[in-house]
Amino acid sequence: MNKKSSSMNKKSSSKNEKSGTLNQKNGTVIGWNREQMARRAALDIPDGAYVNLGIGIPEKVAQYVPEGREVIYHTENGLLGMGIAPEPGQEDPELINAGKKAVTVIPGASFFHHADSFAMIRGQHIDICVLGAMQVSACGDLANWSTGAADAIPAVGGAMDLVAGVKTIFVITQHCTKNGDSKLVESCSYPLTGQAVVSRIYTDLAVLDVTPEGFRVLELAPGISMEYVRDRTEGNLIDGRLANVVGA
Amino acid sequence: MIDKQVGSAAAAVADIFDGATVMVGGFGEAGSPIELIHALIDRGVKNLTVVNNNTGSGHVGLAALIENKQVGKMICSFPRTANSTVFPDLYRAGEIELELVPQGTLAERIRAGGAGVPAFYTATSVGTPLAEGKELRNFEGRDYVLEHGLKADFALIKCERADRYGNLVYNKTARNFGPIMAMAAETTIAQTGLQLEVGAIDPEVIVTPGIFVDRIVTVTEPAQESRLVAAGRSYP
Repeated sequence: MNKKSSSMNKKSSSKNEKSGTLNQKNGTVIGWNREQMARRAALDIPDGAYVNLGIGIPEKVAQYVPEGREVIYHTENGLLGMGIAPEPGQEDPELINAGKKAVTVIPGASFFHHADSFAMIRGQHIDICVLGAMQVSACGDLANWSTGAADAIPAVGGAMDLVAGVKTIFVITQHCTKNGDSKLVESCSYPLTGQAVVSRIYTDLAVLDVTPEGFRVLELAPGISMEYVRDRTEGNLIDGRLANVVGA
Repeated sequence: MIDKQVGSAAAAVADIFDGATVMVGGFGEAGSPIELIHALIDRGVKNLTVVNNNTGSGHVGLAALIENKQVGKMICSFPRTANSTVFPDLYRAGEIELELVPQGTLAERIRAGGAGVPAFYTATSVGTPLAEGKELRNFEGRDYVLEHGLKADFALIKCERADRYGNLVYNKTARNFGPIMAMAAETTIAQTGLQLEVGAIDPEVIVTPGIFVDRIVTVTEPAQESRLVAAGRSYP
């Protein structure tokens, strides 16, 4: 599905190409853009995985899974084997994904009711879930459903089920908010979605693992230094790149 | 003779009473029993507790039921949707109550309610505001929160095919909450696009066995919520 599904995201790609991190000194954009973040995360989706992709940048991961890997996408409203978006005019209002967008099915897909769908999630049958984040803490706590603002309409959907039940949780997010605050924090200030649930984080600046010692940098985006990431991260940051090379 | 067919949506919902708990199938518009909801609006009963994943969109279907001030409380996981203003406005005005439930917990509470399971433990929401005040228990080194099964007086659901026994087959992702709500309600009312003879549905493909269904209404060409919303329609 890799090639075809690029059409699914064509609309937003021009905008996304600009959305790396703005270097405030000279006004240029540095780090990975949204497409590159999705592509980097896709490299870590193994052949044969059952995967649930959150709404937003995570949805883009499907189009970048390397050729030759067979990956089955789950959407929690009740479909295993989700395919690409349909051609315009071919949408079926009763064939949608969790974001309520029209989708298609691949050969071998199956439909099921909501309790079965969440049994797949809560019963630890789904291998990987890729989600967005408002904040991730150094111990892997995730906040991604509410700012806790008094006038907000609280809405949680399946996020708490996914983080509690899926075996491995990947997060894709900008490293900092638009205001420049780090989203990688010592402790989340927003209401939690789950405690100690995140394994790996893909930001515009780096790929980081959550470890008992803190955020461990596995890889830096081109042109990004450890110092640059350290300045934009709350919580302990470890350079895991050398160990990574030695271990390889 | 068993014949669960009812002549009209109005007749099917005629005994839904003030203060009833009503489960309404659908995830967004997929599986939303819009004709049954509109019949409930015509009926005018008040102070309903409604269980649905969302709160409808535009000014038709579930959103219209809420806008008509017939719902005192919503139990749902995601009360915001594109084109959804009715619930948010009433909620901010303090005119409607909300019980926010994680989506999988909502589904499992409904399933448990229908299966005679009064409560169960789940890891979902542990350590979050949605677990506050709930009993925690540790099993094999992990904390779980106690959640209660959910039952209803009525369920309104939508299917693609049915027979007079109440055996149901759904359409694609419109299945969503239909099968579990059918199990959890005292009286389950299903609208079907197609009414078939008993025996015409292969027993291997029946999704909801007729024992869970009380009334069937045939709506051969159900309205499509998103089209009504796009056309700016409202109900009544």
